[in-house]
Amino acid sequence: MEKKEVIVPIGPYHPLLEEPEFFKLFCEGEKVVGIDWIAGYNHRGIEKISEGKSYDQVPFLVERICGICSTSHPLAYVNAVENLVGLEIPERAKYIRTFIAEMERIHSHLLWVGLAGHFLGYNTVFMWAWKWREPTLDIMELVTGNRGNYGIMCPGGVRRDMSEEDFPFVQSKLDDIKTKVEMLTKAVLDDPVLLARLKGVGILTAQDIHNYGAVGPVARASGVAIDVRRDDPYAAYNMLDWEMVVVTEGDMLARAKVRLLEIFQSIKIVEQCMARLKEIKGDIVVKVREVPPGEGIGHAEAPRGECFHYVRSDGTNRPIRHKIRAPSYVCIPTFEKSVVGGQIADALICLAGVDPCYCCTERLSAVAENGKTLDGETLLRLSVEKTEALKAKGTPV
Amino acid sequence: MANWKINMLTRSPWVFHLAAASCNNCDIEILDLLTPRHDVERFGIVLVGSIKHADVLLVTGCVNRKNVARIKRLYDEAPKPILVVAIGACACSGNMFRTGYQFAGPFDKIIPVHAYVPGCPPKPEAMIDGVVKLITKLKNK
Ligand code: SF4
Repeated sequence: MEKKEVIVPIGPYHPLLEEPEFFKLFCEGEKVVGIDWIAGYNHRGIEKISEGKSYDQVPFLVERICGICSTSHPLAYVNAVENLVGLEIPERAKYIRTFIAEMERIHSHLLWVGLAGHFLGYNTVFMWAWKWREPTLDIMELVTGNRGNYGIMCPGGVRRDMSEEDFPFVQSKLDDIKTKVEMLTKAVLDDPVLLARLKGVGILTAQDIHNYGAVGPVARASGVAIDVRRDDPYAAYNMLDWEMVVVTEGDMLARAKVRLLEIFQSIKIVEQCMARLKEIKGDIVVKVREVPPGEGIGHAEAPRGECFHYVRSDGTNRPIRHKIRAPSYVCIPTFEKSVVGGQIADALICLAGVDPCYCCTERLSAVAENGKTLDGETLLRLSVEKTEALKAKGTPV
Repeated sequence: MANWKINMLTRSPWVFHLAAASCNNCDIEILDLLTPRHDVERFGIVLVGSIKHADVLLVTGCVNRKNVARIKRLYDEAPKPILVVAIGACACSGNMFRTGYQFAGPFDKIIPVHAYVPGCPPKPEAMIDGVVKLITKLKNK
């Protein structure tokens, strides 16, 4: 009998995933033999919009790329602008930036643990993790004024100072988070159900990581020690004492372990930041008066890996090119490696292991028609033709 | 819409969550509503997996040219009457993405919207408030 492939579509509006994306799984029986990924449901054209905004406005735009990494993108962007201008920011601003970035990592990793539990159908973990994520949001609300999209970064420093009066509250919440996450870590890493679902599933070797160029916790779970915070320190990371978490197994359990253990490191960093902020006084921002023509690059370690921004200036008050590469862009393709050959029931958790963020990734799309890639001119022509056709039909464009 | 139908809807509204091109933050805050701090399941509000079971459609994010057809189709598949609540500045007006080349109009140009919850992202309390206001208004009609 000839072999038959069945296509299992996931998405674009799937009850399990919060974001629109479309995966096709090609299956033979229970076994996954191939995947395909169709992107673009979340594309908003941010790079283009950014070219119409002034340098001070862009942080507000880039933090709306993704609600979970709403500090990493502005941080990478301001790093790029400061690199372009050649600016050194005040020390106090560096610590405030680090504080916010690490608080975000705590909230993002807890969110991931919860969603991973949810993907496995283990809603207890989901509820726990999200319950204990709330204190981090309380801290954020106190310090920045918002639960998400903090609006704190600006080229040259930060927008809002921290007050010493808030520190006791922050510390009490942090202690709370620490005890709870310790409990959660033990519970997750000892749970027979979770072990059965996570151990040995979706293995990526160090070689695979190099082949795909994956970054962040996915790489660190396979024994590849890369972390922008250590390799090319920005903000205050080189002045603080912390360790990179690296494990070597490369399976789903290892990825969960890396993320859970990173939470403790982040708490450690946040505590040190508070201690230093008590001593350092002074300005939190230097004014950027003029941006000279040139190019600047900046990166930041987002909770999901290296987030990269490139800014080109022609001397006016707006960037003429702004390029963004989010970590998920290089991490999502590893899904192919981890899921093909496995069971279809494991597909979703393998996907979750990457901690994919589609709204970050969809700045970019490569378009291929019948196997050949189209160049810029053809795309432009096609786009103009299509817009005309839509206008003729009366569809809102 | 017939009054008795609306009354049925407002008792234990089942919601379906539709994320158009959003930044995720609004979606996370919606999920947050279900978790222990806010726990809207106490009031019989349940997030369902299929639009065919839904009484309320929560929409977030802005509409882009690729998903506009899918959104229309999802709305057509929904059992009527259905209440649509636009959550977040993106869904209400397009936020800062309205100038983008991919933007295909705010939500209320695509499907009828009954309530708007502005904010970027709105707090979970604001979302609850929005739904409660909508329900009270419909009940007193
Ligand atoms: S309204 Fe704000 S938080 Fe909500 S999806 Fe839009 S940009 Fe994100």
